[in-house]
Amino acid sequence: MTARSISNGATASVKKPGKLTRLGRQWQLMIMSVPMLLYVLLFNYAPLWGWMTAFQDYTTKKGFVNSPWVGLDNFKWLFSNNDFLLSIRNTLAMSLINLVFGTVSAVLLAVLLNEVKNRKFKRTVQTVTYLPHFLSMVIVVSMAQNLFSSNGAINDLLKSLGLVKEPVFFLGKGEYFWWLVGVINVWKEVGWGTIIYIAAMTAIDPSLYEAAAIDGAGRFQRILHVTLPGIKSTFMVLLIMNIGHLMEAGFEIQYLMRNGLVMKYSDTIDVFVMIYSFGGSRPHYAYGVAAGMFKSVVGIILLLGANRIAKLLDEETLI
Amino acid sequence: MTTTAMKKPVIKKRRDIVFPIVNTCILIILCFMTLYPVLNTVAYSFNDGLDSVKGGIGLIPRKFSTESYVALIEDPAIYKAFLISLSKTILTTLLNLFFTGMLAYALSRKEYMLRKFITMVLVFTMYINAGLIPNYLLISKTLGLKNTYWVYIIPTMFSCFNMIVIRTYIGGLPDALVESAKIDGAGDLRAYFQIILPLCLPVMATVALFVAVGAWNSWFDTYLYNGSKKDLYSMQYLLKMKLATTQNQASNAAAASSEALAAAQKSKTTPITVRSAITVVSAVPILVVYPFLQKYFVTGMALGSVKG
Repeated sequence: MTARSISNGATASVKKPGKLTRLGRQWQLMIMSVPMLLYVLLFNYAPLWGWMTAFQDYTTKKGFVNSPWVGLDNFKWLFSNNDFLLSIRNTLAMSLINLVFGTVSAVLLAVLLNEVKNRKFKRTVQTVTYLPHFLSMVIVVSMAQNLFSSNGAINDLLKSLGLVKEPVFFLGKGEYFWWLVGVINVWKEVGWGTIIYIAAMTAIDPSLYEAAAIDGAGRFQRILHVTLPGIKSTFMVLLIMNIGHLMEAGFEIQYLMRNGLVMKYSDTIDVFVMIYSFGGSRPHYAYGVAAGMFKSVVGIILLLGANRIAKLLDEETLI
Repeated sequence: MTTTAMKKPVIKKRRDIVFPIVNTCILIILCFMTLYPVLNTVAYSFNDGLDSVKGGIGLIPRKFSTESYVALIEDPAIYKAFLISLSKTILTTLLNLFFTGMLAYALSRKEYMLRKFITMVLVFTMYINAGLIPNYLLISKTLGLKNTYWVYIIPTMFSCFNMIVIRTYIGGLPDALVESAKIDGAGDLRAYFQIILPLCLPVMATVALFVAVGAWNSWFDTYLYNGSKKDLYSMQYLLKMKLATTQNQASNAAAASSEALAAAQKSKTTPITVRSAITVVSAVPILVVYPFLQKYFVTGMALGSVKG
């Protein structure tokens, strides 16, 4: 240790001590950061080692070392399994619905909030619309069960408006599931989603609005030509991030709301992993690992792809 | 020419009155739609069990009753779960702030030689995740945390996003603060704990809120690791179990309502009203705390997302 630092010091200039000596002087910073580095290596990197099991006929008894290798058999099984293929479809469908609805609603609400002059009213609306973000998915699904049940408030409303005669079984029809998840997610996250856009809007130079007004631009033209271009870079960064998360359609809401009647539409890849890994007579971890690995790798490819396209279009990039 | 010139300002003026009114109305309706499901559930929780089976409950209970809450109070499992939830929330938040704050400070020091390397290692975790099963095997088999209280605390001590939020905030503080402390002979540990940390109160409040909400709201950890340990059930998990019992009722009303009716005739509550009451109880701590922290977390969110 000392020998190396001395030799390092010798090669460096006279004034500058060697790298290790300099690092040694930063021992306090190392105390503050290295334990967390080790923690992350254990909890975030060590599990990647578990991807090995995707190529094994893994049982916990035999462990990583002694389980026999089976090549790509687990993946072959996955891609011939109808439930898995359906789960890919459901994942993509629900994330696309979430992405489109979530982004449009958040930008819209942010624009409306940005036009409010009364600060107190603006704050109140923000407080109210942020609220659902902090409620757990269990609470939200519990509320949704009351609201969407066959004699719940939504059916009452539809009946009193004369739109339906018989109650609609929102929670028991597969065709409604994706849209129901979309609606619930928008309800939960629309307010929270505005925070970033509103921050971007407050950064817009006010003189731009004044100049536009002098040029005769009405309110809608100002929104169209000043506000929206002002949040474009934020929008692009979030879009790239969201495209990277297309394989993450969520797990909690689908798992909590699924029942025998909607399974074909509710099960995302994560739900599939949960059901197939733990559901059988003995745990089939290898299938779950293979499915999770597939999801993760596709996610990375999507992220890098979206980033690349943004770069080609000369837009703001993430990486 | 003159007529159009005269007309224009008039139209503009009228628009300037109409738009704010329409805008205000839209936002008020939106607030109503946001609050309706919450108030609806509160109404259910205060409604008589037998009466609630008929449905048609809106914002106010039709037949007022506190029986569902009485049923909760008489159930010792609720107290235990509330305590578990509360203690794991507090412990996780304190540990998380302690470690994440120190790390954020260290990574904000430009002279720190491991800064780039550690940052890269951490940011990478935001984009790649081994997945459910490898994490499960690590936590339950390798570390043996299954069926213990510690599974709530240990795996949730760090989040890269929160670290970035704090680091960005520290980066915005004047560098001279740390420099002068060091000239006075303080090391980095003292500079952080005595000078930087007290200044970080707003961002720490933000991160505390994020972490506490996450810890309070989690149910899946109980489900996955402590499903067979009744002593370690959390509030959210109790609610999750109640969801499963009312699931069929919600999706298949005809078959289940007779069942619920029979159950309600025996007692004054139904699974639906009790579930609604638990929903309210487990949401209250968050509803009470969060409005006070709003001014902090809005800036915190904006900071983190810009740099993240």
